Amino acid sequence: MTVSVRVPTILRTYTSGESEVSAAGTTLAEVLDDLDASYSGIKGRILDDNGELRRFVNVYVGNDDVRFLDNLETPTPDGTQISVIPAVAGG
Amino acid sequence: MSTAVAEKAALREGAFGHAKGLSCRECGHQVGLGPFYACPECFGPLEIAYDFPQVTRAEIEAGPRNIWRYKALLPVPSDIEQSPNTEPGFTRLLEARNLARELGLAKLWVKDDSTNPTNSFKDRVVACALSAARELHATVFACPSTGNLANAVAAAGARAGIKTVVFIPSNLEKPKQVNSAVFTEQLVAVNGTYDDVNKLASEIAGEEDGWAFVNVNVRPYYAEGSKTLGYEIAEQLGWRLPDQIVIPVASGSQLTKVDKAFQELVKLGLVEDKPYKVYGAQATGCSPVSTAWKNDAPAIRPVKPDTIAKSLAIGNPADGIYVLDICKRSGGAVEDITDEQVREGIVLLARTEGIFTETAGGTTVGVLKKLVETGQLDPELETVVINTGHGLKTLDAVADSVGPAATIEPTYAAFTQTGLAQTGRAEA
Repeated sequence: MTVSVRVPTILRTYTSGESEVSAAGTTLAEVLDDLDASYSGIKGRILDDNGELRRFVNVYVGNDDVRFLDNLETPTPDGTQISVIPAVAGG
Repeated sequence: MSTAVAEKAALREGAFGHAKGLSCRECGHQVGLGPFYACPECFGPLEIAYDFPQVTRAEIEAGPRNIWRYKALLPVPSDIEQSPNTEPGFTRLLEARNLARELGLAKLWVKDDSTNPTNSFKDRVVACALSAARELHATVFACPSTGNLANAVAAAGARAGIKTVVFIPSNLEKPKQVNSAVFTEQLVAVNGTYDDVNKLASEIAGEEDGWAFVNVNVRPYYAEGSKTLGYEIAEQLGWRLPDQIVIPVASGSQLTKVDKAFQELVKLGLVEDKPYKVYGAQATGCSPVSTAWKNDAPAIRPVKPDTIAKSLAIGNPADGIYVLDICKRSGGAVEDITDEQVREGIVLLARTEGIFTETAGGTTVGVLKKLVETGQLDPELETVVINTGHGLKTLDAVADSVGPAATIEPTYAAFTQTGLAQTGRAEA
C-alpha cells in the first residue's frame, strides 16, 4: 500500500526540503512508522510521548480529518493522499 | 509565504515595533520574527513576544482615533499611520440601559464593532496583518474566511494596492460574498466547510512564495489586532477593567487576545489590577468549546458545524483550549444557544438598543441572557458584551422573523383598522 504524504514546512528539515513523500502502510499508524524509517525522528514531531496525535497537528486522510475517522487506526488505501497540517490556523 | 522570502528580503529596523521575537505558547520555544505561525518543536501556536517601553495614558490619548493610538503595544512600525490602511477601531462603547433593564442587569455596555470600515471587528486584525505582509515583502494578501474576514482583507488590500485572494465556503450568505467580491476579482468559493477552506489555505501557504495568509502564516501578527478591543474597552470605561465580559467564540482568538490586553494594561500600570470574569458564547450547532467546558474535557473535540451563525462556524477552533483556560482562571464560563435563540438575540438588541447585529452578536446577546437566567453571571456586576459585526451582512437570519405589522391601502380608514393608532394613545 503506497500513499503520498504532504509534509508541512516545519517538518521539511527531515525530508531534505521535499514537500511530498511516499510511504507504505494500511493504516495511518503504519504509514507514520514507515515514514519514520525513511526520515528518522519525524514521527516524534507528529505524535506526543503517549503515541497520540499532538494537540496542534491535524492529519487528513483524503479530505477528512482523522479525528473524525479512526485516528491513528484510520485505513490508508493504496494511492491515498495524506496531509499533515499545523492546527493553529484560522479564525 | 515561504521562509525563503523572509530570508531573501531583509527586515527594516523597527519593522515590528517593540516585538522582539516569536514564542511558542505551549513549549516556550523561541523563533525569530518572520512569516512563521507554528512552533517547529511542537506545532503549538507562536505568539509575539515584546519588550514594551513605558507607555502612558496621555501618550495613548494623544494618538489618532483608531487602533494606531495603541501602536506601541502592537507588532507594527512607529510610522504605521503613513501607510494606506482602513484605520479601524475606536468604535463606540454604548451603555445599554434598555437591554440591561430587560435582562435585569445593573450595568451593561455594548462594544459596537459593527461600525468599523467593513462593519466587523476583522478590520482590526487585518490592519495588523497588512502591516506584517508589507514588512515581510509579501506580494499576495490572502485568507480563508467565514465571511467577515474576507470583506476586511479584500477592502484593506484594495486600499493598500496589494493583490488579494480570499477563500470562502461556497454556502456563505450572499451579502458577505458581495461585500468581498466588490473589492477583489479573486474571490474563491470552495465547496466545503470553513474547516475545509482553512485546510486548503494552510496547504497553499506551505507551497506558494510571497503569499501572506492573514490567519495562517502571519497569524501571530494578525491576532494581536484583537487586543485593541480590550484596550479600547478599558480606556472608554475611564481606564479601568469591567467586572465581566461576554465574547463570541469562533477560533477563540478574540477572547484570548482581549484577556491578553487586560493583562498587559495591568502590567503596564495603565489600569488597576482587579478580578474580571470572561465568558465565551457559541451557537449550539457549532459548540466544540462550550461542549468541552460543560464536560470539563482537557481537549476540544472537533465538530461539523450546522448553525446560522456562520461567522462562528469553526468546528476545529485553533485557540479553543485557551478559551477554556481563561474562562476557568477568571471564574467565567462558556455557554451555547440554539439558532432560534440567536435570532431572538438579534431582535432583542435591535429593539432595545437600536443596534443591528449579525448572527455572532445575536449569539453573544442570547448567551448573555442565558447566563443571567441560569445564574452563571452576576447581574449586579458591570458587564460588557462585544458586538462583532453588522446585521446587514446576515439579513437572511431574521428576514422571516421581522417584517411589516400590516400592509394597507393608503387611506386613514385602513390605517385605523390596523389598531396601530391606539399605540400612540396608550402611551399618551
